[in-house]
Amino acid sequence: MTNITEKLELFEVFVRSKRGLDHKHVGSLHAEDHEQALEYARDCYTRRSEGVSIWVVKSADICSSQEDDADCFYDPNDDKPYRHATYYVLPDPVNNM
Amino acid sequence: MTPQEENFMRKIEAEEKIEPKDWMPEQYRKNLIRQISQHAHSEVIGMQPEGNWITRAPSLRRKAVLLSKVQDEAGHGLYLYSACETLGISRSEMIEQLQSGKAKYSSIFNYPTLTWADVGAIGWLVDGAAIVNQVSLQRTSYGPYSRGMIRICKEESFHQRQGYEAILALAKGSPEQKAMAQDALDRFYWPALMMFGPHDSESAHSQKSMEWKIKRETNDDLRQKFVDQTVKQIEVLGLDHPDKNIKWNEERGHYDSSDLNWDEFWSVINGNGHCNRQRIEHHVAAHDEGEWVRDALSAYNEKKRAKKAQNAA
Repeated sequence: MTNITEKLELFEVFVRSKRGLDHKHVGSLHAEDHEQALEYARDCYTRRSEGVSIWVVKSADICSSQEDDADCFYDPNDDKPYRHATYYVLPDPVNNM
Repeated sequence: MTPQEENFMRKIEAEEKIEPKDWMPEQYRKNLIRQISQHAHSEVIGMQPEGNWITRAPSLRRKAVLLSKVQDEAGHGLYLYSACETLGISRSEMIEQLQSGKAKYSSIFNYPTLTWADVGAIGWLVDGAAIVNQVSLQRTSYGPYSRGMIRICKEESFHQRQGYEAILALAKGSPEQKAMAQDALDRFYWPALMMFGPHDSESAHSQKSMEWKIKRETNDDLRQKFVDQTVKQIEVLGLDHPDKNIKWNEERGHYDSSDLNWDEFWSVINGNGHCNRQRIEHHVAAHDEGEWVRDALSAYNEKKRAKKAQNAA
């Protein structure tokens, strides 16, 4: 018997906990299609009213950078400390800007 | 009120955000599109007066800082165009409206940057005024706009601080440099105050936008905040305040100040500022010159798609 999950697609689930906040990744699940994934996600991830809105996205559709590549991927930003507000030393009375 | 309208108003009153797929009144959508696209256009057009000085920044450090800042503005424009697109208007429609003059952008960018000190004054005063407005807009009722504002505010503090630092260096420098700083302050102070828009009584869209919590504070209240916070900043620079009537009002707990030159305000809004035509002409030219890049991009995508289809067959 083939494992049923091998026939189903993997979906990533994002839940918006409150209106106004970003959808946040909460986990993944197997489902036949988007509609089913949405129902499963509701049953699986929002049993305690964790959210007001759910997104499901096929895991295969997510294109992601690799953490192993982080060094060269983000390297050009590391030598630009002047992009940070704290880089600028201002007199105390106006330092709250 | 229809049940839909009631539901909408209940969310607004309960301080809940409106999200793209929610029902909303047509006028709410229109007001948002007008405000957010105007905000996006301001970020993009705002790159021009500062970009003018990138090749002539007085040191490599200042040049790198300015490049980073201008790059941020492009990014902010992108956040805002994307937020606006969730309301059902396309990027090309918005750009069309900017170029045809149907959509406005902040009138401050129609003032020229004559000296290096102007770049400092823009970071300090123009970004400073923008921050006052944007901090307030973090609480706007439309979710994507609010989240965009939160992201932008996080990045904006660097803009103001680098500007103040640059002006401070001039103000503490030679007499000529100090004079240059004073001149930039004198020219940019008033237009910066005008960034908050007309008096509340004259503002066409304010009332409905306040009711719907698109705007959270009135133009005049925000302007007052900016006036108050700037007094100390001018003092620390050792420069003269451009407003000779600035005076602490104990009773109000705010500074009293002169009224603005509203004829100038309306004249610049209506296209007669120093640089209105130049700004739009430059945008059109840059957009046209970029045509081949967009063409190449779609040709490449087409080619990739065809190759994929061939491999799959």
